[in-house]
Amino acid sequence: MIGRHLLSSADLDRHDIETLLETAASMHDVQRRDVKKLPTLRGRTIINLFFEDSTRTRSSFEIAGKWMSADTINISAKGSSTSKGESLRDTVRTITAMSVDALVIRHSASGACHQAAQWVDASVINAGDGTHEHPTQALLDAYTLRHRLGNLEGKHVVIVGDLTHSRVFRSNVITLGTLGARVTVVAPPTLMPSGIGDWSRRDGFATRWELDDVLYGDDPPDALMMLRVQRERMSGGYFPTAREYTVGYGLTRDRLDRLYAVSPDLPILHPGPMNRGLEISAEAADATSSVILDQVSAGVAVRMAVLYHLLSGDPQQHSQGVSGQDLDRGAA
Amino acid sequence: MSGDMPHPAARVVMNSGEISRALRRVAHEILERNKGPEGVVLMGIPSRGVPLARRLADSLSEIEDVTIPVGALDVTMHRDDLRRQPTRMIARTLVPSGGIDDKIVVLVDDVLYSGRTIRAALEALSDLGRPRAVQLAVLVDRGHRELPIRADFVGKNLPTATAERVHVRLSESDAEADEVRISGGDR
Repeated sequence: MIGRHLLSSADLDRHDIETLLETAASMHDVQRRDVKKLPTLRGRTIINLFFEDSTRTRSSFEIAGKWMSADTINISAKGSSTSKGESLRDTVRTITAMSVDALVIRHSASGACHQAAQWVDASVINAGDGTHEHPTQALLDAYTLRHRLGNLEGKHVVIVGDLTHSRVFRSNVITLGTLGARVTVVAPPTLMPSGIGDWSRRDGFATRWELDDVLYGDDPPDALMMLRVQRERMSGGYFPTAREYTVGYGLTRDRLDRLYAVSPDLPILHPGPMNRGLEISAEAADATSSVILDQVSAGVAVRMAVLYHLLSGDPQQHSQGVSGQDLDRGAA
Repeated sequence: MSGDMPHPAARVVMNSGEISRALRRVAHEILERNKGPEGVVLMGIPSRGVPLARRLADSLSEIEDVTIPVGALDVTMHRDDLRRQPTRMIARTLVPSGGIDDKIVVLVDDVLYSGRTIRAALEALSDLGRPRAVQLAVLVDRGHRELPIRADFVGKNLPTATAERVHVRLSESDAEADEVRISGGDR
């Protein structure tokens, strides 16, 4: 049941995800039209409240809202009253006092969106909270993968990179797992979150240290997702040099050639922004089977679907779980 | 919901033979009005308008020996009652390969009631292109219009009370035999 907020990928069961992805497919059709405007959310107000820098997620939410005729307003922490010392609680309560319908929040603190959701009446959408979650990213990755691979049941998705600091990875293992995919995550031991063992047993994904064993082993990937290595982590002692990281965990030209020899259609994903030459080579980023730009395009469609399901419908009936179709069509 | 439950007091107002004869007559009327099949495109409104549009297209091809383009037009995102109902599922809009610009678009739906679906359809259509003309074909017109909208082609005019409900069942969408039933009200 899609509720009032979208805070965690764990909020969505398989049926919810499939509903959102089907809706996203209709929204994707709209993007190909000359007139990319639907009256669906006319009169609704959506605030993008970004306490961290973001280009694609914020513009993607902004475009999604605008194409459905909502008024979208961007507030970034720089230049806002946050820089004058206002607390998160006061900021979100001040903004929602202006009768907004949805708050899209990105914040550097894990759990910030959960907190905010308790303080306001508006729908809260998590656009990335600390190292915790980024549910719409996982949805757009699932959308992109389904477009390439069809049903994800049993498909093997390999996620490589800085797992410790990745909210993309956390949301993805949940969403892909819910859809029945088999996920293997690969990272050097220093970039594996502590306690990942218990967690992988609970959510049913595999953890590995050796990338080449996974890529060329008995169970080759059906899709490969490279995560960004945040250069600011470099000083944290997680790995000795960038070169060393690339040799061990980067999708280099050599690795790509070897993969393509077996599966030339292997979808390559990256949530962006990319560090070309570090976790992904230019050849891989621009490869024919790279779906990195498809991910961006899917991002708008998926966010339109999320906004539609959170913001349309009778708020009183929102929690009752009625699909609505039969109310009108079955008995007109 | 209620549409899926067989109502004890439901009575059948059209059986499958009557439905297919009505559709064949509507097909003839479409050809007569437009002086042939030239430029005619059928756009079904999901869910049951889509199979009805396909059946009409089949009838038109039988009569005139041409292929009539058929599409689907989802109107959900243009409805004016989104805030008054639980969230609706969205169906796919499919524009026939020839497009709709300068075509005669015949909208096809199962039941014409308040007219609000058709208003939404007219708006949705204008986002897709600019047809030369738009016409409306419905299987059942049950009256009680709330907007200045009328159908050009009607399978059956069905006087109803607002308390009654009209149920259309089609073999393609409902895995049931074709049938139109009325339930509810004080009859």
